[in-house]
Amino acid sequence: MENERVDQIIDKHGAEPSGLIQILLEIQSENNWLPKSALERVGERLGVPLTRIQHIATFYKAFSLVPKGRNKVHICMGTACHVRGAQRVLDTVQDVIGIKPGETDLDLKFSLETVNCLGCCALGPVMEINGKTHGKLTPAETANVLKSYE
Amino acid sequence: MSEIVLEIDGKKVTAREGATVLEAAASAGVRIPTLCHHEKLEPYGSCRLCTVEVEAGGRTRLVVACVYPAADGLRVRTRSDKIDRIRKLILELYLAHAPDAAGLRDLAEEYGADRDRFDKEASFCIQCGLCVRYCAEVKKKHAVGFVDRGWRKEICFVPEIAAETCWDCRECFPLCPTEALQAAYVFVEALKFPREDPPGDGAVPERS
Ligand code: SF4
Ligand code: FES
Ligand code: FES
Repeated sequence: MENERVDQIIDKHGAEPSGLIQILLEIQSENNWLPKSALERVGERLGVPLTRIQHIATFYKAFSLVPKGRNKVHICMGTACHVRGAQRVLDTVQDVIGIKPGETDLDLKFSLETVNCLGCCALGPVMEINGKTHGKLTPAETANVLKSYE
Repeated sequence: MSEIVLEIDGKKVTAREGATVLEAAASAGVRIPTLCHHEKLEPYGSCRLCTVEVEAGGRTRLVVACVYPAADGLRVRTRSDKIDRIRKLILELYLAHAPDAAGLRDLAEEYGADRDRFDKEASFCIQCGLCVRYCAEVKKKHAVGFVDRGWRKEICFVPEIAAETCWDCRECFPLCPTEALQAAYVFVEALKFPREDPPGDGAVPERS
């Protein structure tokens, strides 16, 4: 992410230390992760020490300090999905994209996470990609769904 | 500034308004054990070792002396079976992280804490925050901070700042109750800014 773009985001929020989290959130959502250069820039402009920014950026799960893929895959491993075969869905996803939960593939196409209950148990087993829910999945369907993402 | 009178372990103690129970006790020569307290730093209240019982308005409560404000008429007890049990447990939990820490050994003996009570989970840091706060509040360098949270929380140096400032300062080194800080520093130095010629001031001990 360019420093100019980071500056724009900072200016938009008024370059105040109190806007730190909002600024980080915006960088995160635009860039998918928080590069060190961006954090340094934010610290410099807001007059907030890097140690503090690091603490916040590692405290909240919404932030990532490593690159994330364009498509965020969440597999539900909650009880209902578990008994309805979530493990098979997860295995399929791992086979198809070749990464484990918490990882991102080399092309930055997918990031994979497991979650515990997405709140739509009747649709289990559930996989959510970029906020869109795919329910009642079989392994074959799972593979097809993944193929439709660029 | 007005003065207040409170009672600590049965003794009448005069303190200035705004003082903490810990400060009031210290001025009366009553020792309360602490791990995360430092005179030059803002009260932090993380180690909970300074837990005491206070009685006000007929109710007894457990509070941490290093942050609790002394108040007129407050009655404080700094030792009791209950307090000793709490301190023992706290020490045992810390000993699971840093079983051989010199800073814990005497306290462990005093309170009869068993270093083997809990399975060892050697992180060596007890998260007292002394290093982080000293660097930020006193030195204003912010070379070391915390990252992550819960049981994953740990200290982390900013290598660029540490390379410039730490070796000439090292004032936080003696503050750490467990020496986890020194280890973390040596580690980051070795990884990020290795010393080309180790200094001859005895900092790197000669091998024999
Ligand atoms: S490294 Fe030492 S001084 Fe720093 S927080 Fe941990 S125990 Fe405290
Ligand atoms: S258990 Fe998967 S949505 Fe509830
Ligand atoms: S000294 Fe009071 S909580 Fe640590």
